[in-house]
Amino acid sequence: MMSYLWGGMIVIGIIYAAFAGNLEAVTDAAIQSAQDAVTLCITMMGVMSMWVGLMEIAKEAGIVERLSKWIGPALRFLFPNVPKGSKAEEYLSLNVIANVLGLGWAATPAGLNAMKELDGLRKQRGLTPGIATNDMCNFLILNISSLQLIPVNLIAYRSSYGSENPAGIIAPAILATLFSTVVAIVFICIVNRFCKEQRGM
Amino acid sequence: MNTLVMISNMILPVVILLIVVIGLGRKLDVYALFIKGAEDGFQTVIKIMPTLIGLMVAVGVLRASGFFDFLSWILTPVVKYLALPAEVVPFILIKMFSSSAATGLALDLFKTYGTDSYIGTLVSLSMSSTETVFYTMSVYFMVVKITKTRYTLTGALIATASGVAASVAIALWMCG
Repeated sequence: MMSYLWGGMIVIGIIYAAFAGNLEAVTDAAIQSAQDAVTLCITMMGVMSMWVGLMEIAKEAGIVERLSKWIGPALRFLFPNVPKGSKAEEYLSLNVIANVLGLGWAATPAGLNAMKELDGLRKQRGLTPGIATNDMCNFLILNISSLQLIPVNLIAYRSSYGSENPAGIIAPAILATLFSTVVAIVFICIVNRFCKEQRGM
Repeated sequence: MNTLVMISNMILPVVILLIVVIGLGRKLDVYALFIKGAEDGFQTVIKIMPTLIGLMVAVGVLRASGFFDFLSWILTPVVKYLALPAEVVPFILIKMFSSSAATGLALDLFKTYGTDSYIGTLVSLSMSSTETVFYTMSVYFMVVKITKTRYTLTGALIATASGVAASVAIALWMCG
């Protein structure tokens, strides 16, 4: 899919430029953008290295683990069918905390494992394969509402494009992402009240 | 407004302090751990560099071709009642499919309009309050072979729309 997206952008850009008489500008832009990308990565290397370095300490100190234990009870409320202390609950909490801390590398594997565990629970409850359970839908909606504490990449981008206060975006960004997460939770609660599990055929 | 900036400026130092103090409290070799993690962070950036070059070139070509101006011209009548600048619409749409392509567009907007402008602020906020809806759904449902996704898409789109709405409201408030 990325091939169509990327290829499409290049093809549309060059053909449009040919008709609009902007081919010279396109030449400059192609070269300039490639250079910009490298400059940007150099800024990002500093910020990312710092953040991942700190997170390594947080991980070894058991902070990530501790935080995911704390949010267990809150999650139980959203996933009533997930048993207390189960593997599923552990992976769900870890995925949420990893997303909140901006740990992409830890979030995805935990999330995929959570899905597998939820599918195991589906089997136990005798629900039809191939149809998402309420828990799976709720988990993905929560995941997509993307709660994040510190958007490290964004801060790096903003500082390399000359922001007056790159980190000034942290609190407003938390407000925005908190709002979308609250809406997602309200949606999940309403749906869970009215939508029973669906069985096939 | 000023409180928000103050909180923003406090969060990072407080988080760093907490992590280091807890690490020292657990008698960890915090410095060695930091260096080890920093090396991983460094490698991560090197790994995403080719992607970023590819996408920034594609977006740069599109911008220079004048296609974005044409797109905004088409989109303006559609979105002008939403306080959503037409320039930001392609970013929000692409973000649902690919995070890296959206990043390319966002960086182009930062470069063209500035990070602290209304557009720059709005893009920054939407970047952190929306997710790649279609990509995430396809990856997560694929591992468990789910084809009937029921109300997931509705919920995900509602969450995305409210993230964008909150971003517009906060950006308007911050930039007057």
